[in-house]
Order: sequence, then C-alpha cells, then structure tokens
Amino acid sequence: MRPLAVKGIRIDDTFAEAFGMRATALVITADNARWARQAAVTMTGFATSVIGCGCEAGIDRELSRKETPDGRPGVRVLLFAVSTSELQKQLQARVGQCVLTSPGSACYAGLAGEDALRLGNALRYFGDGWQISKRLGDKHYWRLPVMDGEFVCEGTTGLTKAAVGGGNLLIMGRTADATRLAAETAAAAIAAVPDAIMPFPGGIARSGSKVGSKYKGVMASTNDAYCPTLRGAVKTGLDDDIGAVLEIVIDGLTADAVAAAMRAGLAALVRLGSKRGAVRIGAGNYGGKLGPHHFHLRDLLP
Amino acid sequence: MTPLVLSLRRRPDQRLDLSPLVPHRLAGKNAAEIGAIALQTTRTPVTVADVFGLRMGDVAHIRIEGACDRLDQVGQGMSDGEITVDGDVGAQAGRQMSGGRLTILGHAGPWAGSAVTGGTIEIQRSAGDFLGGPFAGETVGMRGGVILVRGGAGDRVGDRMRRGTIVVEGPCGAYAGSRMIAGTLVLLRRTGALPGYLMKRGTIVLGGGSEALSPTFMDCGIHQLIALRLLSDFVGAYSRRAAACLRAPLRRYAGDMAVLGKGEIFVGTRG
Repeated sequence: MRPLAVKGIRIDDTFAEAFGMRATALVITADNARWARQAAVTMTGFATSVIGCGCEAGIDRELSRKETPDGRPGVRVLLFAVSTSELQKQLQARVGQCVLTSPGSACYAGLAGEDALRLGNALRYFGDGWQISKRLGDKHYWRLPVMDGEFVCEGTTGLTKAAVGGGNLLIMGRTADATRLAAETAAAAIAAVPDAIMPFPGGIARSGSKVGSKYKGVMASTNDAYCPTLRGAVKTGLDDDIGAVLEIVIDGLTADAVAAAMRAGLAALVRLGSKRGAVRIGAGNYGGKLGPHHFHLRDLLP
Repeated sequence: MTPLVLSLRRRPDQRLDLSPLVPHRLAGKNAAEIGAIALQTTRTPVTVADVFGLRMGDVAHIRIEGACDRLDQVGQGMSDGEITVDGDVGAQAGRQMSGGRLTILGHAGPWAGSAVTGGTIEIQRSAGDFLGGPFAGETVGMRGGVILVRGGAGDRVGDRMRRGTIVVEGPCGAYAGSRMIAGTLVLLRRTGALPGYLMKRGTIVLGGGSEALSPTFMDCGIHQLIALRLLSDFVGAYSRRAAACLRAPLRRYAGDMAVLGKGEIFVGTRG
C-alpha cells in the first residue's frame, strides 16, 4: 500500500468493504426531547453488530416539533439487519420492550418504501382487545391503552433493501488520548450526515476484529495486526509512531449516505490535523471479495 | 382546464337521477352523446339536453349550475375527477363514491355520501338525515374518505359507519353515529339525543355536547390524547374549527355498553 498524505496525515491507499443490508427507520416522539431521546437510546442499545446483537441500530438525528407527525420533539432511529425476517423480529422486540414502555412515547414510520415492516400491526395485541385502529387518510395508526394514557404507533414502517452496512475508518494516532479525540471529532461530523448511523458506543469501536480465530467455533477475534501491544509479536499493520487505533463503523440507508458519512469523517480528521489527532487513516476490508461496496479513501478525501 | 358546465334551465317536473353525470362515465363522450343521456325517474323521458344548457369542457371537471333539490344521486359512484354543484341537491349525493371530490355549494338531501368508500365530499350548507349512512338492508355505511358539512345535518349522521371521517360544523340531529362499526365523527355543535346509539367501535367527538347522552356510555375522565392531535392535524386540512376543538382537553366516554362497548365519545369540557 502506497501511503498518501494530507496535511501530515498518512492516508492508506485502501478501501472500506461494505455489504448490502435490510434497513428501516422510525420516528420516536415524546412529551419532551429528553424522553424521546431516552426511548431511542434504550431501543438502540445492544445493537452494535449484527453478529452478536441481531441488528445494528442508532440515532440518525433529533427532530424538532415541526418535523414530527404529532408536533412533539422526536428522534429518528435507523435499524439494520442481514435479512428482512431478522429486521422484523428486532424491530418488534425493541419497539415493544423499549419504546412502548417509555413514558409518553409514540412511534411512527421513519421511512417510506414499497416494502413494509409490521410496527403497530404487530404490537397491537398488547392492547388485549382494547386497542383502537385509526385510519386518517393514507396513514394507519394503532392506539394502545397504557398506564399513562395511550401509546400511538403507526401500523407499518418502510423497509429498504438498498441499505449498506460496514463503511469504516481506522483512525490511528500517537497516543490513546489523541486517537480518541480524533475519533470523537470524526464521529461528531458523521453524526450530522443524514441517513447514516454509527452503531458502536458513541460511534467508536476499539476492538476491531478479524474473521476467524485459533479457537474452534469462534467467528471473529481481535484484529492483532492493529493491536499496538502486539506490534513486535505479530505481522503488524502499524507503524512505529502509532500508539492506538480506533474504528468508526458506518451503516447507511444508501451507499451514497455511507460515502457522505466517510467523507465527512475524513474531512473532520484532516481539519483536526496530525499534531492533535490522527497521524494515519486506514479502512478495513476483506480483500474486496466479500462485500460489493468498496469505498476508497482516496476518492473521499477533502 | 375549462370544466364541463351544465346549467339547469328550470326546476324539473320530476325528480332526476344524475348518477350518469360523473367523470368516468362521461369520458370519451361528445356534447351530443352527453345531451342524449336519460335522467328521468318516471315514465316521461328526460335527457340532459332537455333540462340543462350544456357547455362542453373537460369532463373530469363538471360544474352543475342553478341546481335544485330535485336533482338526486349527484356524483353517485364517482371514482375520480371533480364535481361542483352551485345550488342544492336532492337525495343520495355522492352515494357509493370511491374517489374524487364533490362540492355542493347549497344544501344536500338525505343519504348524502351514503356508503362512500373514498374521495371527499364538501357540503357548504346543511345535509339531511343519514349522512354517510347505508340504505335499509345494507350492513355497512361509509367505508372511507371524508365528508365535510359546513352547516348542520339531520338525524343519524354516520349510521353504520365503518371507516373514514365525517366533520359537521353545525348542529346535528338525534342518534349521531348510530350503530357505528368504526371511523371518526367530529360534530362541532350540539347534537340531538343519544349520540353513538348502539355503536360498537369508532370515535365521536362532540364539540358542543348533546341533548342527552345514553347511560350506557361510561365516563373515563378528561384526556388530551396524542391520537386526537393526529386527528386534529388531519381534519385541519378541511376544517380549522374542528382542528381547534380537538386540541382542547376532552372528556372520554366509553360505550355503547349496550353492545360491544369499544367505541368512544369525546365531549368538550367547556360545552
């Protein structure tokens, strides 16, 4: 790999390899922004990777009163899974356990699409016969009596089969502090990009993985080539000046959204500069043979 | 585009059936063919050309001028396009309509919007009995769409309604929402006795209360529900007064306990 350099930051001439996914979006509202956010955070918890969590989910953005169907503060949430059936299962379980239960919440479709996933149509049975169906124009809502009034939930939400998961940036810095600052800066920039989420904690993953393991039955294990403490012990991918690596993983409703998010992240890292932030930026891939979407860092640089 | 205009020459000697004069049934016809359409309801033949002055235009937009209450079934079975009636209409205006828009600038007779499944009906003045309701023997009334009445309406508004929304800005008669199966009625002024009589499901909003509420409706307290906020936004496109009424706290009654009891009547707390 021949490194490029932008403002003192070395950019690997490589690409992020991403995969096609199924995705949906929801709009969660509540009496105030705090509780809308709380419901969304709870619902998107334990949704960092499809491998262990069934889906990847995150907050796309916060919505003002003018942007929500019921005129209350809201949050748009995106969910990604590898199959429609798994996405339906995760959607139903997460909205049922985390949004329905959250005080004052309501839940609406956040995506219009030809295909639909059952939302209120699946959760209505919680009403035990007291649920009320309401059709208003082309919208269909379910009203479920709950202990603080009613939970209003749209009947279905849209499904997209054009979603892309696995866009990523490997951020390498001299120290753990500098690397974390760089990753936080990139994550903040990516958070502003619509239709894309970063499913890991705060948008950042520190335990990047490789496929396979020396142990039988373990699907993924630590990415030893990028572990600074193993630099002398394994075939390392790190230079001598790199003391820590953090990864940002990006899922988007479209390939364009993933590209825009990676572009925003790279621009933020370059703006921060190599003195305070990253000294090198890379991306994870599997040689290009597994995922159909390749996001080359060279094409996304500012 | 210029509408097709039908101007009534004089009050007809017999009641007329205007159901053939809907956009999808006039599509492709020329003026002579439209003029020859029979409208009589007795043994005396009457054609369009006999009673209307005809000014050809886009048949998707029909305007009936000088209308009177002897014109029945205006817009019956309409599936698309637009009909505007300048004047009053007789019975069954917009019956079994499935789409499009019917605007009546005057009064409408009984069974206006009877058993509609879609589209929008706006009546600028008052409507008669059985607004949106089914005929005798039919099991379901209105099944979709929106009916808006700026004036009052007669008895049994929304009888056996299954889906859709009716908004009446003026006073209504007795038994509003009788035998309702589902759907939404928003009645802004005081209604006659016993609204929601034998309703199974559905929502009735009484902005001005009623003469007498059946004892088979149970008080569930005062609420300001999100669902009513959504309804407010929806009806706001048709009636700003209705939208404002739904934003206020309303008292919820569950009923009719004489039957299934899963319907609801909301009553304004100031009414």
